Amino acid sequence: MENFQVIDNCLMVKLPEEVDHYQAGYICQEADRFLMEENVCHVVFDFEDTVFMDSSGIGIIMGRYKKIACLGGKVYAINVGRQIRRILDLSGMSALVEVLA
Amino acid sequence: MNNEMELLFDARSTNEGLARVAVAAFVAHLNPTLEELSDIKTAVSEAVTNAIIHGYGNLQGYSRHGEVRPSAGDYFPGKVRLACKLADGVLDVTVEDQGKGIEDISKAMEPLYTTMPELDRSGMGFAFMEAFMDHLEVESSPGKGTRIHMRKKMTSGSWIPGEE
Ligand SMILES: Nc1ncnc2c1ncn2[C@@H]1O[C@H](COP(=O)(O)OP(=O)(O)OP(=O)(O)O)[C@@H](O)[C@H]1O
Ligand SMILES: [Mg+2]
Repeated sequence: MENFQVIDNCLMVKLPEEVDHYQAGYICQEADRFLMEENVCHVVFDFEDTVFMDSSGIGIIMGRYKKIACLGGKVYAINVGRQIRRILDLSGMSALVEVLA
Repeated sequence: MNNEMELLFDARSTNEGLARVAVAAFVAHLNPTLEELSDIKTAVSEAVTNAIIHGYGNLQGYSRHGEVRPSAGDYFPGKVRLACKLADGVLDVTVEDQGKGIEDISKAMEPLYTTMPELDRSGMGFAFMEAFMDHLEVESSPGKGTRIHMRKKMTSGSWIPGEE
């Protein structure tokens, strides 16, 4: 299950097992609420529990990136497994986002 | 072994998972690699999601654990048809909707092109279908609907010793 946590000026987003369109709306909405209300500069997406992601996940990351990059914020993707890595590479996200296995 | 299956379901976001699981189970006896399996699931997820959100305009993926977000909007009734065929180790997948159709198919297929940027779509759906399957064909007529056909050769082959 997804969850959100603010540590210092970082928003940590733990992504669910399957990141698809069905899950994406809620994640975007909650992440944006934290970006607005808390003093957050950077966003960390944690893929530890994630075994599946489609383009909806790229939309989540790209959307948050656009919101914080212009203010100097960075986006990180951590605990990235092989399947998720391929999706990030193919979409060009790996160039914008710091990807850590 | 040759095999076919067909699934008809409501154009609701909850059914994206159903479609992925169904196709994964359909090819399971071939012992596909994890990579093949995730390729197929991603491609199917893309085509089915497109049918639901673009074809029929059902955007209520905006939900959590079964709750529907109040602003999710109306449900527009419609069905998505998923058909799979396995013959000689080649998987054919068809995803069909009777939704609004696509005006300009080659434009729609360009990576990063999306008609819903404000809704956090990335425009990578067709690019993923193309990358993860061996063959992709899109037929669509505005006002009538869209049919996606995808094909993938399963490396695991059509025959497992001792199976038949
Ligand atoms: N079944 C369909 N019916 C009507 N229009 C479609 C359909 N499938 C795709 N489209 C159109 O093609 C465009 C590109 O589709 P694609 O899947 O590549 O990107 P997307 O769905 O907009 O974003 P993403 O898939 O990355 O979340 C869509 O924005 C939509 O306008
Ligand atoms: Mg799409």
